[in-house]
Amino acid sequence: MSEKKTERREFLFTATYAVGAVGVAAVVWPMVDQMNPDASVKALASTEVDVSSVEPGKAITVLWRGKPVFIKRRTPEEIAEARAVKMDDLPDPQKDEDRAKDPEWLVMLGVCTHLGCVPLNDKGDYNGWFCPCHGSHYDTSGRIRKGPAPTNMEIPKYEFVNSNIIKIG
Amino acid sequence: MSDHEYVPKSKFGKWFNDRLPLLTLSNHLTDYPTPKNLNYWWTFGGILTFCLITQIVTGLTLAMHYIAHADLAFESVEHIMRDVNYGWLIRYIHSNGASMFFLAVYIHIFRSLFYGSYKSPREMIWIIGIIIYLLMMAAAFMGYVLPWGQMSFWGATVITNLFSAIPFIGEGIVQWLWGGYSVDNPTLTRFFTLHYLIPFLILGLVVLHIWALHVPGNNNPIGIDIQKPSKDTVPFHPYIVIKDGFALLMFMIVFAFFVFYSPNILGHADNYIEANPMVTPPHIVPEWYLLPFYAILRSIPDKLMGVIAMLSAILILAALPWLDTSKIRSAVFRPLYKQFYWILVLDVIILGYVGAMPAEGLYLLVARVATAYYFIHFLIILPILGFKEKTMPIPLSITEPVLQDLSTIKKESLN
Repeated sequence: MSEKKTERREFLFTATYAVGAVGVAAVVWPMVDQMNPDASVKALASTEVDVSSVEPGKAITVLWRGKPVFIKRRTPEEIAEARAVKMDDLPDPQKDEDRAKDPEWLVMLGVCTHLGCVPLNDKGDYNGWFCPCHGSHYDTSGRIRKGPAPTNMEIPKYEFVNSNIIKIG
Repeated sequence: MSDHEYVPKSKFGKWFNDRLPLLTLSNHLTDYPTPKNLNYWWTFGGILTFCLITQIVTGLTLAMHYIAHADLAFESVEHIMRDVNYGWLIRYIHSNGASMFFLAVYIHIFRSLFYGSYKSPREMIWIIGIIIYLLMMAAAFMGYVLPWGQMSFWGATVITNLFSAIPFIGEGIVQWLWGGYSVDNPTLTRFFTLHYLIPFLILGLVVLHIWALHVPGNNNPIGIDIQKPSKDTVPFHPYIVIKDGFALLMFMIVFAFFVFYSPNILGHADNYIEANPMVTPPHIVPEWYLLPFYAILRSIPDKLMGVIAMLSAILILAALPWLDTSKIRSAVFRPLYKQFYWILVLDVIILGYVGAMPAEGLYLLVARVATAYYFIHFLIILPILGFKEKTMPIPLSITEPVLQDLSTIKKESLN
């Protein structure tokens, strides 16, 4: 009989701990989740940019979700240079064709994939971008070539609304 | 620890103390037996307490005028500097106070390394100290973000991006830290909250740090266990109080020099430019007290490994009581350790220097060598040294060498 009682008590303990743990988790999660991007931040998900005034060889920087986006109108030489690179030479192999839907326009997040600085245009050993913080070099396709950054600069979701307007996001 | 039972003299004191033994505590603190050979390197505990109180008091007053909002923060800091009565003074004390705090804590830590204060039975004091140090770095980093200048913004960006090195969940963690897709207003408000909270956590840990200290009592320059109370000890009050007080005055002269004569020398001019998410300043460097770790981060060409190395450089300190296998505490009796100690000091200074320089060419090479040596010191040299080193004989008490000297003098005078 006493054995039965112990079993019952153990069951009650386990059940209490389990319900308690669920209760604690239910209270902790809102406390954690409140720090995630809120509805107003998520609402600013897309930006439209008029690129009609950008000359070939020039780049503009626009702000999207608080981050700079580079929109570069590349010259034929820059496109040729980006497409001539062998995949074996790239730390993060990716074809230029996959990065620029329209080869003339390169649209990418102007954020170094190392620790988030903004790289400088027309700098570095590969005629693309150079990050002043920790010395990452990117080519004319925004791909990492040298330095501590692990991956190429990210391409955001974007589309041409018409020939002059790009919608990012 | 004083073992005698304390009884307050007055009737009210006795009544009060029976219900809340605060007078027993204060009696313990005043009578607390302290080794009589403590040198000035031991005064930095008191100096650090002063630094913490200074940061809390000036921080509270600054918070009465500061506005934690991305659009207003920068302006509100300028408002403090120009309009608020003595705002410039309070802010300069607070910003230079952070540097003074770290200066004192580094001396305090290196004191402990030299005299082996982290060894048994004082491991808990040491580990609590490392936690305090980590919290200090977190508080200093978040405090530096609050003025919302260029260095604030980009420092915050770089440091929070360290978490993106974590495989798979890194990106999610970074966005959770930011409360958005970049460092922005939500980041600023939460950093302000945490910057406000951490000093009080530190205060609590300081109480534990001192509590843990009062169990075995202070280590001392010759690192031997002493009888307490005995001929080798003096009561904390007035002997140590007056010594700590004098050292604190000296320290305050240095502090005041920075505040009044070169309040911006330890900062960066870029932080007087308002945060701009479109432009990164050409040369990002953290505050001087984080430079050695920054150098370690940059010396490793892989992102994840760099972050791991940087964190390990700090966390390795927590394992120090077990990495150092020597039973002898004080470097005074460890001729080899004493040399390696000074090489380590030099190594950390070199790391700090190259951390401030661009990460290329010779600087990068030096940073790599210095980083490697830092880990070699803790992981290879210290464990082996405990077995190989021939230590010098240690005295049995603090007074023994002095009495020996006296007896030789007596003998000589007799001859």
